[in-house]
Amino acid sequence: MNNRYSRQELFSPIGKDGQQQISNKHVLIIGVGALGSASAEALVRAGIGKLTIVDRDYVEWSNIQRQQLFTEEHAKNRIPKAIAAKNRLIAINSSVNIEAIIADASALELEDWAKEADLVMDATDNFETRMIINDVSQKVGVPWIYGACVGSYGISYTIIPGKTPCLSCLLETVPLGGLTCDTAGIISPAVNMVVSFQISEALKILVGDMDSLRNKLVSFDLWKNQYSAIQVDKLKKKDCPSCGPQRSYPYLSFENQTKTAVLCGRDSVQIRPSVPMVRDLEALEKILAKQTGAVQRNPYLLSYSENAHRLVIFKDGRALVHGTKDISEAKALYHKYLG
Amino acid sequence: MKVTLNGEWTQIPDNIIFVSDVLKHYKIHDKVVVVEVNGGILSKLEHQSTRLADKDRIEIVHFVGGG
Ligand SMILES: [Zn+2]
Repeated sequence: MNNRYSRQELFSPIGKDGQQQISNKHVLIIGVGALGSASAEALVRAGIGKLTIVDRDYVEWSNIQRQQLFTEEHAKNRIPKAIAAKNRLIAINSSVNIEAIIADASALELEDWAKEADLVMDATDNFETRMIINDVSQKVGVPWIYGACVGSYGISYTIIPGKTPCLSCLLETVPLGGLTCDTAGIISPAVNMVVSFQISEALKILVGDMDSLRNKLVSFDLWKNQYSAIQVDKLKKKDCPSCGPQRSYPYLSFENQTKTAVLCGRDSVQIRPSVPMVRDLEALEKILAKQTGAVQRNPYLLSYSENAHRLVIFKDGRALVHGTKDISEAKALYHKYLG
Repeated sequence: MKVTLNGEWTQIPDNIIFVSDVLKHYKIHDKVVVVEVNGGILSKLEHQSTRLADKDRIEIVHFVGGG
């Protein structure tokens, strides 16, 4: 036995008992981009028993600036993020049982994975998946930790079923079409700050120190030097469809999920948003003009071409992704540029 | 007037009257936000009706989706 966890055991709120607990726990991380890489590395170094990582994307050059598990070799070979991450994580701590899943986290699969886990870490890049995680967390009774960042801004909240409000309580509407890391940029300290908030809360949950949880919605802007923490218990809604007594888990039903369809013989995937929306094509054109691809707009639709793919976005929020029959790949591109 | 905004002592323009004006001023009016004024959380409807005063403590958190 080596003393690799000695410094963590010396920290008295964890101690030898806490370390033992951590080594018996299973955490599920959804998404292995910037947040997921940092979260996974922290948990693996801390000696988590089992880690399941899920991601639908592959490593690109634009990821390496902040996604700490990935290297040039991964980008050159377009290695799936889940696999690239797993290999690096095993090298960091060979005693952790690491399960890598290359998949788009759908409601059904997520429920199966979450049942096996003690905690779900949010490291996704879109609200659609977060609303599914939120419903699954309530249904299965497993806590999850929301975390997100754009630019120099970040936000986090810990959701404990039966105790705190859920994400659906906090959001009066689901924010679709917001800025993303691929449109507004992102700096790595914002990623690491969010993950620091998330992992601190995760460690408290894993050692069972629930009284020490922050119990506040926290946000910060590292460039504007702002920090905010709000006690949001009052926002828990009695009639919440996700956590209230008359719950229906709306985001687990097929109707409220983003609809995708492979268009026959066209090498294209159609994506329809989960709720009706009107897309401001003029604003989107300005945002996409800063990207490396080519943008064209007419009064009805906007087209964005990058490498072998072309995204065509309609005013009603619908998008066609040309150049692929792979739904996961199409959805990844869609969320990357459209939020 | 001067207010404490997310912990920072901040001068905001005099034409700001309601919480919704602050959100517009910082261009986050079209985002999903949670706003607290002097320790009390506001509902979305209250953003339009809550008047701000000098030395108010305002906390604004807006939701983002990146990761
Ligand atoms: Zn709820």
